[in-house]
Amino acid sequence: MAIKVFIPTPLRACTGRQASVEVEGATVDEVLKNLSQRYGEIRQHLYTENNDLRSYVNVYVNDEDIRYLQKGQTTLKQTDTLSIVPSIAGGVDADDVAISSSVALDNEEVLRYSRHLIIPEVGMHGQKLLKESRVLIVGAGGLGSPLALYLAAAGVGTLGIVDFDVVDLTNLQRQILHTTEDLGKPKLDSARKAIERINPHVKVELHPVQLTSGNALAILASYDIVVDGTDNFATRYLVNDACVLLGKPNVYGSIFRFDGQVTVFDAKHGPCYRCLYPAPPPPGLIPSCAEGGVLGVLPGIIGTLQALETIKLILHQGDSLVGRLVLFDALSFKFRELVLRKNPACPICGLSPSIHELIDYEQFCGLTRPTEQPAEDDGLEITVEDLKSRLDRGDTPSILDVREPHEYSIVNLGAPLIPLGKLSERFQELDPSKELVVYCKSGVRSAKAVAFLRKKGYSKAKNLAGGIDAWAQRIDRKLPRY
Amino acid sequence: MRDEMLQEINRHAEQEYPEECCGMLLGKRRADDSEVEHVIAIDNSQGENRKRRFLVTPEQYRQAEKEAETMGSELLGFYHSHPDHPAIPSTFDTDHALPWFAYLIVSVMNGKSGDATVWTLWEDRSRFDQVGLDVKKGIHAVRQ
Repeated sequence: MAIKVFIPTPLRACTGRQASVEVEGATVDEVLKNLSQRYGEIRQHLYTENNDLRSYVNVYVNDEDIRYLQKGQTTLKQTDTLSIVPSIAGGVDADDVAISSSVALDNEEVLRYSRHLIIPEVGMHGQKLLKESRVLIVGAGGLGSPLALYLAAAGVGTLGIVDFDVVDLTNLQRQILHTTEDLGKPKLDSARKAIERINPHVKVELHPVQLTSGNALAILASYDIVVDGTDNFATRYLVNDACVLLGKPNVYGSIFRFDGQVTVFDAKHGPCYRCLYPAPPPPGLIPSCAEGGVLGVLPGIIGTLQALETIKLILHQGDSLVGRLVLFDALSFKFRELVLRKNPACPICGLSPSIHELIDYEQFCGLTRPTEQPAEDDGLEITVEDLKSRLDRGDTPSILDVREPHEYSIVNLGAPLIPLGKLSERFQELDPSKELVVYCKSGVRSAKAVAFLRKKGYSKAKNLAGGIDAWAQRIDRKLPRY
Repeated sequence: MRDEMLQEINRHAEQEYPEECCGMLLGKRRADDSEVEHVIAIDNSQGENRKRRFLVTPEQYRQAEKEAETMGSELLGFYHSHPDHPAIPSTFDTDHALPWFAYLIVSVMNGKSGDATVWTLWEDRSRFDQVGLDVKKGIHAVRQ
């Protein structure tokens, strides 16, 4: 016995666009089963995985809902018509919070952020929080690049950036905010250009200054979250202290060669940078990226993790990295997590803090030169110009390179190589009676080598001020710089 | 969709505020460029809590299909309002959505219609995606 089955519009895709089909069966269940067999795709829309009719599917025999008949066992006569009728229902959720209408998204923004909006944890509410938020990025460099791009794309309403540098060729291996055509121009210009290309809705606030104790509080004050993308200890302590004093979270990242670190310092809820590192390392102990190098993709990884934490803080979603330091080793591909605790004796966020205002961070980090400048002729240093003119006069001082072999292979002055770390076991290869000019890349490591050698009786050892970099800039401009 | 149709939906939403309104969208369905030809209001059959829910009964649904047929159109989907909430599908909307249909949601904030968005459920019910809404004078289409 064939029964006429009425197919609702949304399911007609399964029946070759037919509004009704004739299906054999003596009961409702039989007809639906045969229907599902004939039009395989219709099944998933009628039944759940447990073979129950879906909640929005109603089945009618003529004008009567089968729930009020014998359900699936309802028997059918030749003249009966079976109708599959969907319920159409919807509405706002009882637990949805009515949102403020102070910030609005226009239709273009709704579509732009739609992949956010359909995540329950973000939704319209979260996207408006992003739009309302003000984030300050300190440094438009390796970390600042992915940070600015992703925070802009995500719809952070206001992005402030502090940077006073210009784009250098050595930046472009990792600082993807800037391009070759931006060389020599302020980083903030290319940063603004890149952000506006990605998302014209973002308000960009540029701070073309070096962050100092004098301006940091004023600059940071108007932002909700500060993201530290700096590359030196003095600025890190400054950013930390300013954030603690202002009560703002500081999303921290650092990179070196193949290693990265990321955490969130928020003294109101956990430790600060000073709890982790109470005192800075002696100057020169930890090389910067300029001295030690960094794999270009590494700031991409660490910077995006900082962007992630920033967005989570804005959305109030998930577990933040407050109190957890994540260490990433790219070579072994391992993420490790260390628990960070608030230090009760921390001088700025501890129980009885001794720091109540910003200090001199250059001095704190030992970067201020001694007030008594060493006299030019104390014999410890020689300028590249002096060395050049002496070589031109026919002088033949010994020259020693204390860099690493891989640096030597980039560029060298033809001098013998004893890396600084090997000097204590190999210094006796050198002749103490001869004048010795020691160089490294920029003069920091060679100064240590000279101090060591003088202690060992090499009283004629001199440091080449500015290293091979100064030589390449001022004497032999054909040499590559790195 | 033509501009006057969206205005009609906005008016209906404001008229029913603070309760939810609902109605149907009839027109021509094309794979990636459907066109709304008629917008027809439906009484919200939800007994209680019309501030947070709308319901189109099976009888109303069958009536809607009949009207579509009479007008030579197809039932493309439904619209409803979210009083004082954003034009984003709620969990309840997603749970009760059918594939293939377009669901237009209009947000009504403080009695004033605002954002309107259109959503559609994937065939396998895995995602409820937003689709573009072109509101035009003259040419009119719902863009996938």
